[in-house]
Amino acid sequence: MYEWSTMEKKEPKSILEEQIEENLRKVYKEKEAEVIPDRLLALLRQLKEQDDTNGTS
Amino acid sequence: MAQAESLQTNTKKPGPQADPRDAIVTHLGPMRAFALSLTRNSAAADDLVQDTLVKAWKNFGSFQPGTKLQAWLFTILRNTFYSDRRKAKREVADVDGAFAAMLSEKPAHDGRLALSDFFVAFVQLPVEQREALTLVGASGYAYEEAAQTCGVAVGTIKSRVNRGRLRLIELLQISAGDAMEMTDKVTMSVVNAGNAPQRFAG
Repeated sequence: MYEWSTMEKKEPKSILEEQIEENLRKVYKEKEAEVIPDRLLALLRQLKEQDDTNGTS
Repeated sequence: MAQAESLQTNTKKPGPQADPRDAIVTHLGPMRAFALSLTRNSAAADDLVQDTLVKAWKNFGSFQPGTKLQAWLFTILRNTFYSDRRKAKREVADVDGAFAAMLSEKPAHDGRLALSDFFVAFVQLPVEQREALTLVGASGYAYEEAAQTCGVAVGTIKSRVNRGRLRLIELLQISAGDAMEMTDKVTMSVVNAGNAPQRFAG
């Protein structure tokens, strides 16, 4: 298996390698596309309001 | 995404006074995905994003306009993660079963690798490799950009990506091998059972 992995370098991408790339992107996209939890959106609003009342920013 | 946009339009003031920090909300999705690849746990990932938002907001002065906001946020996020981890002296969070279960509901088609199998292999990688693979392989960062975000040399990122890929291949071949072996055993026992009484029949 190790020999295969190192010898494989100059070969075109293996099917498994291609699927790894594809899955990396898919898992990331799945998470990225999730609904953003309210607490994170609320936090941003709160940070902004604090600045507005403190007159900073 | 729709939520993110509506928040942005609600808070955005037109004209030169528009706060560049209002753009942060559009990066929440990618921040959560990057955070998950580090923590491997959704709840811990959201805690990490929350801490990152507070730091980013307070230190926005150090953001250089014209550079990539997402890369700046990612840098704060990963620095926060590693500093928390140093304090805790270990990786605290458990691997997220819920996210893996959600992935397993997405059926793999045409004999392709199942997302949940992939995730199970991915979370076994060392965090430096998960990080490099996520930036380069999933977020589409150039090696140089990923290196800058992680504060390491380009060569370091390249070798982490390569080692991560090789390790994934290894892990996934092993699990594919196990499945194969199982299938072989089942097939053999069926064949043997079927053949036993009529071994020389054919």
